[in-house]
Amino acid sequence: MEPSRLSRAGLLLYGILTLGFLYLPLVAVGFASVSKARYLSFPIRRYDTGWYAEAMASDTVRDLLLISLKVAGLVTVISMIVGFFGALAFARYQWRFRGLFQKLILLPIFFPQTVLGLALLMWFNALGVVPSWHTAVVAHLVWISPIATLIIAIRAYSFDPTLEEAARDMGCSTLQILREITIPLLMPGVISAGLFAFLLSWGNFPLSLFTTGADSTLPEWLYAKMVAGYSPLVPTVGVLSVVASAVLLAVALLAPTLVRLWRRNAAD
Amino acid sequence: MERLDRRLGALTATPMLVLLGLCFLAPLAVVAGFSVMPSKVFDLWHQPDFSAYAELLRQGYWKSLAWSLGMALASTLILLVLCWPLAYAMAKVYRRFTLILTIGVVMSLFVSENIRLFGWVLTLMKGGLIEGYLRHWTGTGFDGLLYNMPVIVFGLVYVYLPFMLFPLAQGISMVPDDARQAAADLGASRARILWEIDLPLAAPGIVVGCLLTFVLATGAVAESKLLGGQAVIVIADEVETAFTYGQDWPLGSALAMVLIAIVGAIAIVGVNRVDLDAIMGRRR
Repeated sequence: MEPSRLSRAGLLLYGILTLGFLYLPLVAVGFASVSKARYLSFPIRRYDTGWYAEAMASDTVRDLLLISLKVAGLVTVISMIVGFFGALAFARYQWRFRGLFQKLILLPIFFPQTVLGLALLMWFNALGVVPSWHTAVVAHLVWISPIATLIIAIRAYSFDPTLEEAARDMGCSTLQILREITIPLLMPGVISAGLFAFLLSWGNFPLSLFTTGADSTLPEWLYAKMVAGYSPLVPTVGVLSVVASAVLLAVALLAPTLVRLWRRNAAD
Repeated sequence: MERLDRRLGALTATPMLVLLGLCFLAPLAVVAGFSVMPSKVFDLWHQPDFSAYAELLRQGYWKSLAWSLGMALASTLILLVLCWPLAYAMAKVYRRFTLILTIGVVMSLFVSENIRLFGWVLTLMKGGLIEGYLRHWTGTGFDGLLYNMPVIVFGLVYVYLPFMLFPLAQGISMVPDDARQAAADLGASRARILWEIDLPLAAPGIVVGCLLTFVLATGAVAESKLLGGQAVIVIADEVETAFTYGQDWPLGSALAMVLIAIVGAIAIVGVNRVDLDAIMGRRR
């Protein structure tokens, strides 16, 4: 049943084409961002990086970046904490309503985000809360902390509960067990959940649309300019936003290697 | 030990339950409440009636709902066919390339959906990447490929590919090689192996993948707005319009309730059929 060389090569080609398909639109945005013309048309005749200089100098872009950064930062921290405890309840402890809890957590992930954003808007209105970037943090959390929980839960499933039991038999309190065993063991899961949380919040549009009030995040601004009043800054700011998340991802992937190298050098 | 487990389980679930109770279930209750209010009111202190639902039937909103469900179904079926060979290769054929493909696909998810769809606008529009270069090289162009119904389905297929691919690959990896080998040794044809071994044994992955894609595609709105130029109005778009331009919260809420009921019913039935502990790799 081993696949033939030909079908192996065919499948490899198919995989590479799929990746190409996924990234083709970003290539188009990249080209558009360095076109000199105000009204874009391919093939691009004159290349220019002027839009980047303009985007960097623009106060609007700076404000958008700042708000997106504040929202994503808060969402990351809170969803790591909520997700950590949620994952223990999801995967580790055998309690009465565990099955129900697992299903409840999946619902917000399945839920249409536009409708969720509108529902929250009505809820904030009923409570008398004026929407701003703070309320957007809440909206993002409803969708992102369940995802963080699932990511940490995968780690919690492979966790040996006898370690905790042994510590308890030796006389550790619940808090000590948490600090000395549970947190260190789940840490890799918590860190990847934090990374997912930041990146998903950074790129999210449908939830922000109705819940930021007068404030605006990067994806919201991009969308507003795409559907009405096109600005040549759209591709440029789009590329900048993608580059920012790519840099963060690269740092996160390389960090463990760098720390190891640094430790080895320090030990020598 | 068991009593402690029970206490700690409830305790650790509390932060999440508070969050979802206050910011997910409560807003849904508000939507349900508004959906039975009389037309164009902005608070909940009125005599309930069902005029919004009656309005919904009268105004022919079922057309948008049918479009949304139809396009979601089409994109789910297309994705199932497109992703099957790829998921099979990820689970059984590729070696190191599986990791590369996984990272590549996950990273594309981190780019805002807007930016990716905008990229397709630049690619497919008149004077875009495809038409522009075609005209440049051959001298003849065409009218651009945007602003019709098929391009919306194309957008849905593009955006939701990862949500079909990963569950499928997980499902196929649960098919034991021995079973396929045995069937082949007994003389089963390739089609027969696919039909009688692969599809039934990979069913949990297929169910999860199809559910995720279908449910997310039903509630999608950006594809029809950016690529479709609203050639077809989808149901989520109608909800949005009722709230923003229409300023009719009860009507918007009634539309949202219909969408929530359909999506919720499908999701709950699906989630109940799948053993989460098994899929997520429980060891005990």
